Amino acid sequence: MRTKIFPIFLIITFSITFYVFYKGLQNSNIYTPEIKSEIKIPRFEAKEFFSKDMINSDQIFIGSEFYLLNIWASWCIPCKEEHKYLMDLSKKENIKIIGQNYKDNFVNAKNFLIKLDNPYDLIFSDNDGTIAIEWGAYGVPESFLIKNNQIIKKIIGPLNEKLFSEIKELTQ
Amino acid sequence: MNILKLLITVIFLINFYSSDLKAKNLGTEITKNLRCLICQGQSVYDSDSEFANSLKILVEKKLDDGLNEKQIYDYLKNKYGDWILYDPGFNKNTYFLWLLPILMFVFGGAIILRKVILKKKKL
Repeated sequence: MRTKIFPIFLIITFSITFYVFYKGLQNSNIYTPEIKSEIKIPRFEAKEFFSKDMINSDQIFIGSEFYLLNIWASWCIPCKEEHKYLMDLSKKENIKIIGQNYKDNFVNAKNFLIKLDNPYDLIFSDNDGTIAIEWGAYGVPESFLIKNNQIIKKIIGPLNEKLFSEIKELTQ
Repeated sequence: MNILKLLITVIFLINFYSSDLKAKNLGTEITKNLRCLICQGQSVYDSDSEFANSLKILVEKKLDDGLNEKQIYDYLKNKYGDWILYDPGFNKNTYFLWLLPILMFVFGGAIILRKVILKKKKL
């Protein structure tokens, strides 16, 4: 009896292990856990991009309007891809687009906006990237849809057609 | 002779302990226990990615603001979830993680014990 149980046990263990690893092969190895983080927006102070005046986050996100915070940089290639969607969104009346210029050179960033047009209602600089951490962001590009000082949607990576229509729907 | 050996051992151990204390820098200690989320497999301390560099600056800033180690971990956990910590807390998502080694230990111990008892019976 004992001699039979052992090989069966071994086969089952191996098949389960094989199955788990085989399934795992197809999965993305970048693990982003679900975060039950606070959905309230962080408070911070930052430099306005053009005037270099200090502004408070309370002065940026006012009232019950929709805001789209977009973290971008001139050196970031996916930011160029999503730019056309931001331009489209900037034409909408009920949504304000706030840019967070992430670890960028001022001249390069300005040229980026001149070349591709400026979709932002306001831009502030995040030179050392610490404000991005306050938002719980991973890098560039990343966008947050905000209403009433609450984050209602977080988008990691560039905007695409699907996300774009989703944002449009949410802001209807 | 034995007393001398013991004395030398004790002195050595004390030296190791105190040299370790001197090398401790709280910011470094904290960033070593943070997982770099975009370069997985590395700690924030080891990584040179944009994300990790910003996080290093932020940890120093928070320390200057007077936050202690636990407060910083809580703050980052709030933003990024348990995953950012290399030493996650004991909660309902991590029961399995923490209890698995103990279970394996108990299970392995049981097997060894069984073998020993069986062997004794045979003798």
